[in-house]
Amino acid sequence: MLSKTEYLLLDKKIAPKSKEGRTLLLAFLVGGLICTVGQGVSDLFKLAVPGADQKLLGEITSSVMIFLGAALTGFGLYDRIGKYAGAGSIVPITGFANSVVSPAMEYRSEGMIFGVMCKMFVVAGPIIVSGVSSSIVVGLIYWLVGVLK
Amino acid sequence: MLGVYLRVFFVGGIVCLIGQLLINLTKMTSAKILVTFLLLGVVLEAVGIFDTIREFAQAGITVPITGFGSTLAKGAIEGVKEDGIVGALTGGMKSAAAGLSAAIFFGFLVSLIFKARTKV
Repeated sequence: MLSKTEYLLLDKKIAPKSKEGRTLLLAFLVGGLICTVGQGVSDLFKLAVPGADQKLLGEITSSVMIFLGAALTGFGLYDRIGKYAGAGSIVPITGFANSVVSPAMEYRSEGMIFGVMCKMFVVAGPIIVSGVSSSIVVGLIYWLVGVLK
Repeated sequence: MLGVYLRVFFVGGIVCLIGQLLINLTKMTSAKILVTFLLLGVVLEAVGIFDTIREFAQAGITVPITGFGSTLAKGAIEGVKEDGIVGALTGGMKSAAAGLSAAIFFGFLVSLIFKARTKV
């Protein structure tokens, strides 16, 4: 038998860990599920658009997933999922859409330009800046390597 | 067919699990998590590993934001192949145009239609 203090100590020791395990499991399940939906969308369009190459399929799939992420955020569902799923809802491209829509909606009361249009990129801005800049660096390196060869 | 979906689910889940592990260990914000995985995608594409992973995992690696990074880097590389050094500047944005435009347009549309709910 444990005394009350022993129990509380034990609880303190164990509880955060199991909570952490739960967040990991939920991130895995929700993230995996969102990717599976994406695969389904891609396979559907592969059937619907015969002869579509991988590039076009990728463009269609990411557009559809971004639309879904934006719409679910509009209905308030995505943030409810995100409360439990954590990175499972952040890392997929739907999370990128959510990071665009969420602040835009939140600051709508500050007006169309300074509210919606400015705040839209509060979170997504760094993603675009770092992504575009790093891709240019990659391209420059590739060009340099080709020139030096 | 079913095997593909299992691989997609498993790899996509693992990618997100790694993200959650980073959050738990470092208290990273979602913007930092997204930037980290995006850059990971750029690097994997640049060193030529991304295509190998994609063949195995398909949407499991392209639906996470790593796919967006790969699209950008691949575009820049292909841009250089086609147009030389100017392609490094134009290629990334060109190939990521669908995703970027979709995020901007759908994002704008949704924030016009819906009002923010009171924070819980």
